[in-house]
Order: sequence, then C-alpha cells, then structure tokens
Amino acid sequence: MSDVSTSTDDPEMGAEVAQEPPSGSGQVVWVTLLRIVGALGVPIVGFFLLWATFDYLKNEDANRGLVVVVAIIVGAGGVFLLFWAMDRVVDLLPERYGEGVRPYVFVGPALVILAVFLVYPVINTLLISFKDANSDSFVGLENYKFVFTDSDMLTAIRNTAGWIIVVPIFGVGIGLAFATLADRLRRGEAVAKSMIFLPMAISFAGASVVWNFIYSFRPEGFGSNIGLLNGIMIGLGQNPVSWLDQQPWNNLMLMVIMVWMQTGFAMVVLSASIKAIPEEIIEAARIDGASELQVFRRIIIPTILPTIAVVTTYMVINAMKVFDIVFVMGNAELRGTVVIAERMITWFFIRDHDGRAAAIAVVLFAAIVPVMVWNIRRFREQELTR
Amino acid sequence: VSVSERFETPVMEPIEPAAPGGTLEPRGGGWFVRITILVIVLIWLVPTVGVLISSFRPEALVDTTGWWTALAHPFSAASWTIENYRLSLDTGGFGNAFLNSLAVAIPSTVIPITIAAFAAYAFSWMEFRGRYVLFVLVVGLLVVPLQMALIPILRLYTQGAVLFGLQIFPDLDLGGTFLGVWLAHTGFGLPLAIYLLRNYIGSLPSSIIESAKIDGADHFTIFWRLIVPLSVPALAAFAIFQFLWVWNDLLVAYVFLGGTRELRVLTIALQDLVGARGENWHLLTAAAFISMSLPLAVFFSLQKYFVRGLTAGSVKG
Repeated sequence: MSDVSTSTDDPEMGAEVAQEPPSGSGQVVWVTLLRIVGALGVPIVGFFLLWATFDYLKNEDANRGLVVVVAIIVGAGGVFLLFWAMDRVVDLLPERYGEGVRPYVFVGPALVILAVFLVYPVINTLLISFKDANSDSFVGLENYKFVFTDSDMLTAIRNTAGWIIVVPIFGVGIGLAFATLADRLRRGEAVAKSMIFLPMAISFAGASVVWNFIYSFRPEGFGSNIGLLNGIMIGLGQNPVSWLDQQPWNNLMLMVIMVWMQTGFAMVVLSASIKAIPEEIIEAARIDGASELQVFRRIIIPTILPTIAVVTTYMVINAMKVFDIVFVMGNAELRGTVVIAERMITWFFIRDHDGRAAAIAVVLFAAIVPVMVWNIRRFREQELTR
Repeated sequence: VSVSERFETPVMEPIEPAAPGGTLEPRGGGWFVRITILVIVLIWLVPTVGVLISSFRPEALVDTTGWWTALAHPFSAASWTIENYRLSLDTGGFGNAFLNSLAVAIPSTVIPITIAAFAAYAFSWMEFRGRYVLFVLVVGLLVVPLQMALIPILRLYTQGAVLFGLQIFPDLDLGGTFLGVWLAHTGFGLPLAIYLLRNYIGSLPSSIIESAKIDGADHFTIFWRLIVPLSVPALAAFAIFQFLWVWNDLLVAYVFLGGTRELRVLTIALQDLVGARGENWHLLTAAAFISMSLPLAVFFSLQKYFVRGLTAGSVKG
C-alpha cells in the first residue's frame, strides 16, 4: 500500500520505486494486486475526467470565450498529464513487465491516432474504390478503368506531372539561389528572407484574392481591367488578355502561385543548411584560388545535398497533393487546369461518386509510393551512419 | 532535479550557433548580389502589396482602377479609407470566426507536438520490438493525401465503424465539434512532427542520456528534464509550421466543423465573403489581411527559432 501512494506523489521517485527489492511471497501477491488495480483505475478515472471536459466542449450553447480558454488548457496540459499518468501506471506494474511496456506508452498514443486517422482511411478508400457510386455493390476494376480513360482524368494526370516537375525545380532553384546570395549580404539578410517567406503565412483563400489582382480580366464593356498583368498590357498599348483561359499556359500561371507560396520554405531550410558549413572550409578553398562559382559547385552543393533532397521531396509531395490553388481559382475543367487531387474532390463532393473518387485517391497514393521508397532508403542510410 | 542542472550547461553551447553569421567579411558579389536580391524580393512582394494598397482604397476606386494608380497621387485624401476594414469586421462576423480559429489552432498545435515528442523520444532512445518497422510506417504515412482521409474519418465521427456486423469503433458523435477538428489535425500533422522531431532528438549526443541513466533518472525524467529543454528550437519550429498550417486550413475545418455562422473559422468566413458577395473586391482585400495578421505576427516574432530548429536534424552531416 505504502509504495503505491508515494509513487503517485512525486515524479522524481519513479526510479527508486522501480528498484525496490522483492519481499515476502504473501506481501508480493498483495502488492501486485494493488498495482494491477491502480494500473486499471488511474487511466479509467483520467479517461472519464477528459470525457467530461470534452462533453462540455461539445456543448454548442457554451460561452465561446470560455470554450476557447478551456480548449487551450485541455490542449496544452491535458495530453501531457495523460502521458504522465500512464507513466505512473507503468511504475506500478511489476518491474519485469514495466520496462517492456513503457516504450509503448510513449509511442502508443501516436500509433493509435495514426491508425485511426491515416491507416484506417487508406484501407477504407481501397475498399470503396472497387465499389459503385454509393458503395453498395462491387464493380471490380470499373472505377480504375475510368481513371485511365476519362479525358479529364488523362488531362489531370498530365497536368499533375507538370506540377511535380515545374514547382520543385523553380521552388528549390530560386530558394537555393536566394539563400546563397542572401548569405553574402552584410545587412538586411533577415528582412530580405522574411519577405520571401511571407507568402507562407497566407491561406489559399487569401492567396486567391491576392492573385486575382494579378490575373484579373474583364472583356470590353464589363468594367475596366484591375489586374496588374492586364494593366501592363494596356500600358504597352496591347489588348488585355484573359490570362487564365490561355491553354496550356494557364497551368503554368497556377504553378507560379504555388512557387510563390513555397519558395520561402525551401529558402529558409537551405539557408540554414548553408550557414552550417564551417567557414574554414570555404576560406581554405578561396585561398587555394577557387572562384566563387567553384566554391558554390564543389563545396556548397555537395555539402547541403541531403537537405536539398529533403526539401525537394517535400515539394514534390506537396505538388502531387495540390488541390486548393486549382479549386479556388475556379473553372478547372473548362480551362483544362484539372489536377488529380482536384478531380478526387470534384467526384466526391460535387458529383457524389464515391467509387471513382476513391479510385483516383488510390492512384494518387500509388504515384507517391516511389518517392516514399526512395526516402525510406535514404533514412536507412542515415540511420547506419548515425 | 540535479540531472538536468548538471547537463544543461555543457550541452546548450554546441546547439546554440556560435556566430550570427552577419559579421563575415564581404566576399565578392557586391552590386550584383544586392540587385539580384532586390529584384527577387520586389517580385515576391508585388502581389501582397497590391492587396494591401487595395484594402485601403474606397470601393468605387478598387473596382474601376488598378491598385497601382493609387501610387500616382499618394497624398490625396479621397483615394484612401479604412471603411473596408470596418465593414468586413462588422458584416462578416469576423470576431467570432477569429475566436473559433484560435480555439481550433492552439490545441491543434500543442496536442500533436506533445504526442510526437514522446513518440520521437521513444523512437530515438528506447529499445522495443518493432521500433524500426513502426518508424518507417510513420514516415510512409507522410504521403497519404489529406483528402483521402477526410471521408472515412467523417463517417467514423458520425456513424462509428461496423465491420461484419460488429461495432468495432463507437459512434462518438464528433462531427461539428472542436475535439473532432483537433484530433483530425493531430492525425494529419503527426507524421511530419514525428519525422522532424526524431531527426532532432535522435541527433542529440548519446553521452548525456547515458550519464543521466547512470544517475538513476528514468525515461520520463530524462524526457521532461533533459530532452524537452534541449529540443526547444525544434519544438518551436514545428509549432510555427503546424500553427500556420492549421490557421490557414480551410478543408479540414469545413468538413469537420462546418460552415455555420456559429462555428466557422476565419478561412471559411473569408470564403463566404467571396461566395456571397462575388466581385466585392474592396471587402475581400481587408478580410484577407485580417486573416493574415495573426500568422504574420507569429512568424515575425518566432522566425529565428524556425530557421534554427527545423534544420538542426537535417544538416547534421
């Protein structure tokens, strides 16, 4: 009894409790029993406490300001307390089980959430992709046949291929150039970098407003043109152009938006990586007569190659999943700017064909697998050299 | 207690960058560098500046002349107004949406970080069966398109899960609740969080953890007193990342919280303004800047952590 109460009092006592020597056999049974009761009781009480809080938060009539405060407290403290309580519980378990169980207490919540929110949906989508519009009966490979024959789908596949080539090349390219050059500024580097990073803080909804002021087009008689590009065209004495209707260049114009939004990420990460290169190495090369271009190609690039790989992967995956920009700028089918993820949303939410939407999602997931395999291999190499 | 005090000082030094980097002697470049930087910065700023200027112009002018024409006579009082901000704050119900966004974004940032930090510690410094396979699985989940997960989860929230006539997941009635959105954001944010934090936590020197163990510290103490303080840069970096993402998210909030006036978040309120008012440019511009204000403040105040923490793991070699 005594060691149960002390161990729950003080977080620093854990190690000592675990090292307690075993005593007489009758006592051991009691202690073990108490430990098991405690092991079951603490999480159950904790669970119901959390449940009551969540029930309150679900209450739609509750005061909004109060909900925000409770939400922040539960979010900030609740999860940590849950981990702490579970760790205490493991301390109550017999030692030979305790140390085997503890790692699962640490990773467990993550694995449970991932299983529910990512693994389960993947399996679910796979099943739905073989069923009809309302998931009533199996239709075999019908939906996959649609994915690879429908003309809009074929356009979407072609366009997405364009996105995953163009966006990473320009995003990483400009980001790398900017990071390298900004590194040489004697002052204003932080400000310059902030300006490039700024679009990251803008939502897609906000970005659509921003870019409408660039691409906006109004034909004769429908008001004056207030988009910047057409302002320039008129200034040059040309006729205004309906930029987003120019196939296939309109795809490129949407890609520009993503490059604008994501270059900041690449630049910030690459810049920090460049700064981590020891100054002596670069100085030594200069003293040996290397030109700035040689320093860049022979020293900077090889040293930060792993980071370039990480950034490129991240941008390729993001370009594959692009949906918001195309969706928000509108009229994708008419303009031929459809992409895979956008097709999926359209078929699910607008056309209500679950089977086709799921099949599109599965194809998208399958397309990402090579990137994933390459990354896992890279991770394994990194693990070996650690 | 003594464990952390003893190890904090020697360890913090190599992790803090030694030199700010701005004091290096000038190397080549000069004008070429400065002009190139200036050109890129200007190109990047033009779209945002256009909206910023438009947001302070009267409705009639926004709709009839390009925003750049305002620059021609910047001191004429007739070409500037704050009416757009007043109107969109009044009519759009933005105050409530701002509160809702906070209630969504703060827990959706803190919960995944806490869970991911524990998991990252276990993946880095604890021995257990399946450690490697589970981590690879987590990294693999980075690539699951968010859109693919929305519908099954929404069904889970509103109907539970039934497999072969057996209720394997209870109907939690989480549709349209904050908890539902937090959990969804946690699920979608976890793979990247675990990946980044494991990179960082795994690259901390093993000697400090070993000596803490010898001093009798258990895993929880090591994690809380040693690992968390040392990982502040990485934790802050991911916090900004996740906060920006959640704050700017439209899809997850729309699917799980809905677009009702009572519960909608800022991005949805902004979208409603677009939908309901069509070509009302003057309100949109002000609304866009209201929704940008907090992320920009967060970014500018915390960006130094962002730069340092994010790369700490990846630039190790």
